[in-house]
Amino acid sequence: MTQTSYIALTYWDLAMAASLILINGLLSFAFRLGLERTLFVAAIRMTVQLMAIGFVLKFIFIQTSPLWTLGLGLLMVLFAGREAMARQTRRYKGWWAYGLGTGTLLFVGLLGVLFGVGVLIGPDPWHTPRLVLPILGMILGNTLNGISLSLETLTMAAQRERTSIEARIALGATRFEALSVVIRQSLKTGMMPIVNAMAATGIVSLPGMMTGQILAGVDPVEATKYQVLITFLIAGGTALGAFVAVLGGARLLTDERHRLRLDRLEKPVQ
Amino acid sequence: MLRTDSLEVYGLQPVSFEVAGGECLAVQGPSGSGKTVLLRALADLDPVAGRIFLDGTERNALSGPEWRKRVRYAAAEPGWWGETPREHFAQGEGLDELVTALGLRVAQLDQSIALLSTGERQRMALARAIIDGPCVLLLDEPTGALDAKATAQAERVIKRQLKKGHAVILVSHDPGQVKRLAGRKLTIRGGRVRVSRA
Repeated sequence: MTQTSYIALTYWDLAMAASLILINGLLSFAFRLGLERTLFVAAIRMTVQLMAIGFVLKFIFIQTSPLWTLGLGLLMVLFAGREAMARQTRRYKGWWAYGLGTGTLLFVGLLGVLFGVGVLIGPDPWHTPRLVLPILGMILGNTLNGISLSLETLTMAAQRERTSIEARIALGATRFEALSVVIRQSLKTGMMPIVNAMAATGIVSLPGMMTGQILAGVDPVEATKYQVLITFLIAGGTALGAFVAVLGGARLLTDERHRLRLDRLEKPVQ
Repeated sequence: MLRTDSLEVYGLQPVSFEVAGGECLAVQGPSGSGKTVLLRALADLDPVAGRIFLDGTERNALSGPEWRKRVRYAAAEPGWWGETPREHFAQGEGLDELVTALGLRVAQLDQSIALLSTGERQRMALARAIIDGPCVLLLDEPTGALDAKATAQAERVIKRQLKKGHAVILVSHDPGQVKRLAGRKLTIRGGRVRVSRA
């Protein structure tokens, strides 16, 4: 990486940028959207969370023990798992509501970091937090999106298509044969955002990570190389995450006698 | 052929009865009395306690799909997942003859399901349930949407299944149909189940 110039921001610059949120507030007020409070809370949360993570990362980057990286990584997975659950209209009952998303994210995050950082980038030591944590974050954020979209499609479509799924089951189909249409829909929905993003990247949008690196003074070609690598990691992670979550979710929606078990879902969350 | 032993169906007292091969047992009772849940339990579509035997083999000795290939439930409102009826049939052998016997045209097998009437869809679903020769047919109001002529055709097809030695458990609100097809009837009233002559 070639370091050139980097212009540090002051807290005054951030305060000026924050004033832009007034536009959202004014729109909400003018059109009676009722979003003022939500907007305010979301803006405060974003600022506090990002500032906090900035200080936490700064602390962890100067530690030599990989346990700090592992600890923060696990915490990120747990929070992402909670988000995956929170976005479901009909959640699985009991521990699985949280376990399915979290387990999938842990698997995908671990695999993504081992392959992306350990094998491809290959820093010394391999667990360098400056590389592991941001890359894990990007994989988790995007995989979380894929998982929650595909699980939402799976549970809602299983409910909507109950008659046709049970018709197949009654005719002697196995659970995965009976759910095949719904499984395909769910996988497609989960993978669509990353497919669309890949098609638009570089023409319609400049990805955040690449933009950040360029702003920090990195040579654009070098920043692009990183972005390509990360995008492939995200695409693979999203596909794998959607696949694991959908198959796991389909298994939980049925039992060992291959019956559809919509009673294993909670009532819809409004 | 099919025997239940203290089957604990939701809302009903434990159910024990037997249906022989070639016999039609009618299930009667007011709407919401539990006729459909009983049929679904027999097809192992809902988890229920108690035991069900098919020719002496207990339900759990077979996998769910294997059981349902032998004990076939045809819902009052059939579900479809493909574009045309033909995509819903496990086999094509004898299909043309069967749909014709039910008063349908063979060409309708390749029409869009959306273009079929409710009655035509119901007859297609009956054909779909019968085509691969399950031992026991659990028919939930199979002629509910049919006119007199189509009902007679469907009943002839059901009788043919009985002659072949298959058992039929039939939910019907038509007393005439029960008399024409069934030898005995299972009546559900207030959660109690009673088997008597039809």
